[in-house]
Amino acid sequence: MPAAIDIDGLTVHRGGNLVLDAVSCQVAAGSVTGLLGPSGSGKSTLIRSVVGVQRITSGTVTVLGQPAGSKPLRSRVGYVTQAPSVYADLSVRENLRYFAAVVGAAAGEVDRVISAVGLTDKTGALVARLSGGQRTRVSLAAALLGTPQVLVLDEPTVGLDPVLRRDLWEMFHGLANAGTTLLVSSHVMDEADRCTALLLLREGRVLAADSPAAIRRRTGTDDLESAFLAIIDAEQVGSR
Amino acid sequence: MNTRITLATAGRVLTQLRHDHRTIALLLVVPCVLLALLSWIFDDQPAVFDRIGPLLLAIFPLVVMFIVTSVAMLRERTSGTLERLLAMPLNKLDLLLGYALAFGVLAVLQSGIASAVSLWLLDLDIAGSTGWLLLTALLAALLGTALGLLASAFAQTEFQAVQFMPAFVLPQLLLCGLFVPREAMQSVLATISDVLPLSYAVDAMAEVAGNPGLTGAAGRDFAVLAAFIVGALALGAATLRRRTA
Ligand SMILES: Nc1ncnc2c1ncn2[C@@H]1O[C@H](COP(=O)(O)OP(=O)(O)OP(=O)(O)O)[C@@H](O)[C@H]1O
Ligand SMILES: [Mg+2]
Repeated sequence: MPAAIDIDGLTVHRGGNLVLDAVSCQVAAGSVTGLLGPSGSGKSTLIRSVVGVQRITSGTVTVLGQPAGSKPLRSRVGYVTQAPSVYADLSVRENLRYFAAVVGAAAGEVDRVISAVGLTDKTGALVARLSGGQRTRVSLAAALLGTPQVLVLDEPTVGLDPVLRRDLWEMFHGLANAGTTLLVSSHVMDEADRCTALLLLREGRVLAADSPAAIRRRTGTDDLESAFLAIIDAEQVGSR
Repeated sequence: MNTRITLATAGRVLTQLRHDHRTIALLLVVPCVLLALLSWIFDDQPAVFDRIGPLLLAIFPLVVMFIVTSVAMLRERTSGTLERLLAMPLNKLDLLLGYALAFGVLAVLQSGIASAVSLWLLDLDIAGSTGWLLLTALLAALLGTALGLLASAFAQTEFQAVQFMPAFVLPQLLLCGLFVPREAMQSVLATISDVLPLSYAVDAMAEVAGNPGLTGAAGRDFAVLAAFIVGALALGAATLRRRTA
C-alpha cells in the first residue's frame, strides 16, 4: 500500500531544544496508525508537523503526495489538537456549524458528526457547560466534518470512559475500512492493540515502527506495554 | 478570499457576543452613560458639549473595538481554535474580514444608539448630518478592530492585551485634539499627532459634525482612515502565521 504520510529526516527544535531528531517514518494509506510514546517524547510536535502548523528545522513531510500544510491538503486532512480547540462560548451545534462552513461541508454533516461522537442530547448546550470528555468529543466531531481523507488525532480519547473509547475506536476502524488514513497519538498502551500499525517515539526518535503483532513477536512478550519497555531498555543498553 | 467563510466567521463572532449579554449591555450602554455624564458636567456650557460630544462618538467605537478585538483574537490564539482554523481551508483574510464585519455591525449599533441619545435626549447640537456621523463612527470602529487584531499578535496573555489599551490608545487620546486642538500643539507633539490614526478619526468627526455637507477635509480624513485600516489589516494578516514554533 502506498504511504499516505511520508516523513523523511524531520528535525524540529522548539524553544531552543531538539524535539524531533531526524525522524523518518511512514503511515500507510487506510491504516489506523498509533503514535505512542511517553509524555514529552514529541508526539504532538510530530502531529503538528504533519498538519503543517509546526515550524520545522529540516526534513520533509509529505501527505497524500503533497507537502504538509499545503493548500490543497487543508480540506483533505482533519486535525484534532490535544487540548479541545472549540469555542467555549458557543453551543455544540453553533461550533460545528461554523467549522462546517469553513471546510465547506454540507449542512447535514453537523448532525451526522454530533451523533458519531454521541452528543445528540447536548446539541444545544454551551461548550463551557460540558464536561472535559464531552468537550474532547466536540473537538473530535469538528475534525470529522466533510469526511477528510487523512485524520490526525492528538490524544482524542483522553478522559473518556471505556465504553465510549471502544465506540470511538470502532468508528476509527470503520473510517479506515472506508479508505481514511488515521494517525492517532496516545500514551495509553491498551489502545496500542487497537491500531493496525504503531510508531513508538522516545525523546524525539522513532524506536519502533511495525504492527502490534510484529512488535510483540520481536520482543517475545505478550502485551505491548512490556514490549515497549523491552524496546526502550534494549535501546538504552545499546546507547551506553 | 472566500465570502462564505468570511460571512460564517462574522456570524460566529456575533453569536459568541450574543451569548454574552453583559458584554453587549456594557458595549451599548456605557457610551450613552458617559455622554450623559459629559453633558451634565457642561450643563452651563452647551457649546463645549457640542464640540466634545461628537468627538467622543469617534473615540468610543475605536477604543472599545480595539479592546474587544484584541482580547477576542488573543483567546482565539490561546484556545487553539486559531491553530485549527489555519489547518483548515481558511484564508487569513477571511478571518480578519469576518472579525471586521462583525465588529462593524456592532459599532453601527453602538454609535447609532449613542448618537440618538446625544441628539435627542442630551440636546447635542451639530450642523452636520447623522449619516456622515455614523459613517465616521463606523470607520473609527473598523480602525479599532484592525489595530486590535494587529496588537493581539504582540500579546501572550490577556493581561498583556488589556495593557495595550493604556499603552497604545491613551497616548493617542491625549494627542488627538480632544484636550488641546492639534493646531495649538508644540511642533513635536503636532508631528506625533499627525502620524497617529485616532487623530484622523477625531478630525473627521469634527469636520462632519461642524459642516452640513461632506467637506474636502473630511474626505481626506476618510481616505487616511481607510489607508490605516487596510494597512493594519495587512500587517495583521502578516502576523498570523500558519506555522508556529
Ligand atoms: N510551545 C513550545 N515551546 C517550546 N517547547 C515546547 C513547546 N511545546 C512543547 N515543547 C517541548 O517539546 C517537547 C515535546 O513536546 P510534545 O508536546 O511534542 O510532547 P508529547 O509527546 O505530545 O507529550 P504529551 O504526551 O505530554 O502530550 C517537550 O520537551 C516540550 O517541552
Ligand atoms: Mg502531546
